[in-house]
Amino acid sequence: MIGRSISPAASQRAMRRAGEAPFSPARVWAMLLRYLYILKSSWPRTIELLYWPTLQMLIWGFMSQFLRSNSSYVAQAFGVFLAAVMLWDMLFRSQLGLSISFLEEMWSRNLGQLFVTPLRPYEWLLSLLAMSMIRVAIGMVPAMLLAIPLYHYSIFDMGLPLIAFLVVLMAMGWALGLAICGGILRHGMGAESLAWTVIFALAPLSCVYYPLTTLPGWLQPVAWCLPSTYVFEGMRAVLFERAFRTDFFLAALALDLVYIALGAATFFIAFRDARRRGALLQMGE
Amino acid sequence: MPEPVILVERLVKRYGATVAVDGIGFAVERGVTAALLGGNGAGKTTTLAILLGLLLPTAGAVRVFGEDVLRHRYRVLPRMNFSSPYVDLPHRLTVRQNLSIYARLYGLPRRNERIAQLAADLQIEGLLDRPAGKLSAGQKTRVALAKALLNEPELLLLDEPTASLDPDSGDWARGYLEDYRARTGATILLASHNMAEVERLCSQVMMMKAGRIVDRGSPEDLIDRYGRTNLEEVFLAIARDRHAVLEPVS
Repeated sequence: MIGRSISPAASQRAMRRAGEAPFSPARVWAMLLRYLYILKSSWPRTIELLYWPTLQMLIWGFMSQFLRSNSSYVAQAFGVFLAAVMLWDMLFRSQLGLSISFLEEMWSRNLGQLFVTPLRPYEWLLSLLAMSMIRVAIGMVPAMLLAIPLYHYSIFDMGLPLIAFLVVLMAMGWALGLAICGGILRHGMGAESLAWTVIFALAPLSCVYYPLTTLPGWLQPVAWCLPSTYVFEGMRAVLFERAFRTDFFLAALALDLVYIALGAATFFIAFRDARRRGALLQMGE
Repeated sequence: MPEPVILVERLVKRYGATVAVDGIGFAVERGVTAALLGGNGAGKTTTLAILLGLLLPTAGAVRVFGEDVLRHRYRVLPRMNFSSPYVDLPHRLTVRQNLSIYARLYGLPRRNERIAQLAADLQIEGLLDRPAGKLSAGQKTRVALAKALLNEPELLLLDEPTASLDPDSGDWARGYLEDYRARTGATILLASHNMAEVERLCSQVMMMKAGRIVDRGSPEDLIDRYGRTNLEEVFLAIARDRHAVLEPVS
């Protein structure tokens, strides 16, 4: 019944060495591959990635066309709403991209299998971050490209500042995603809806579609605590004044670092707590 | 004398006021198939989870291959593996994709060759390109066993390895495990409440009740000691407190 072994002692030793290595790109790639297989296995999920960003872009594109002849604000910079909606979606998708891949493990009750392998929690996180980037690219790039023929607006005309905005928003999305995953690890699948809802609580303070000065004075210092506020203020500076606010960029990056540290701490504390409670073996739908 | 593959000392796991494992200790030597036997809530799965590092104990020491699992679990995880009906494989991935990913996580050289060999051994060749979610319970058990054997583990931890299998599939799985141990000299620790399975596979049994090991020995010793005809009767005697020896055995 049993065939001959093909794992000689040398293979066993190599495997043991690989398993003991504190970091292995091969393990990160294995997890990334897993999420790519999951994505590939369901075309409705791929369509869903494209659906909302494209729909949002269409709605705000038509709105912008209407307002161009009815609003001096939009007339000064036609793309202000289109750029805002695309950047906002970038933030949302980066957070959701991380959280959804994490939830895939919960839905399939797979954590108990994963963490009896040599996979380290930080390697898993790296694969989640990489998958978040891929999901953002799949969701956002088609919408951005579609805006060019439809509305003669290219967000890519922003140039290098666009890259700066993307970096800040992706990092903020990851920080939020890490904290949300920590919350789900701690509180179980009952907290699953956090992945879809938390980000919207930050939208009013991020000043996506209006300048910060629109907020009441007492609320403005709170808004300045969000990296996204600096991005949207910075975006308007680029579009209206043709100026890149380096001070905004650096402040947003500094805040991102703080939030990523907090998000990662939340995640790793929750992970350890899950080991203490036995949740890694039991967690699932 | 060689160090045992598993050495557990004064292990305690509490969840608030609930004591899941209450100061147990045992050792399993290399090449032995041992069982943690007990009813629901006896502490079997909890003990396995602690051995795997999935669960942190409240107190006690756990050594596997001479390493402290609580401090150096990554030194031992490449040498062990695990299967349980309480965990699953992603349903939408094919069996081949699932096995390939775990093979990568273990850093397995010649992955495809190893998967093909296991598929032939476990008679799952026809399942390799089917989604894991579309398999029957028996097929899932074979695939879970293939996953657990990918890295040809020196220590195999199995939680109810034949749960939900029909008698024929269960018998086949037990035969496979016997052959695997004989061929590789692996150590197997299984948690079960299937007495016939334990009698057939195991030379060492730890009877658990309410988080404690209340008796231990070979199946034959236990049957003799309790004056019964099989392990199931011993189990029932212990479960129903009909035997005097119910204190923890150190």
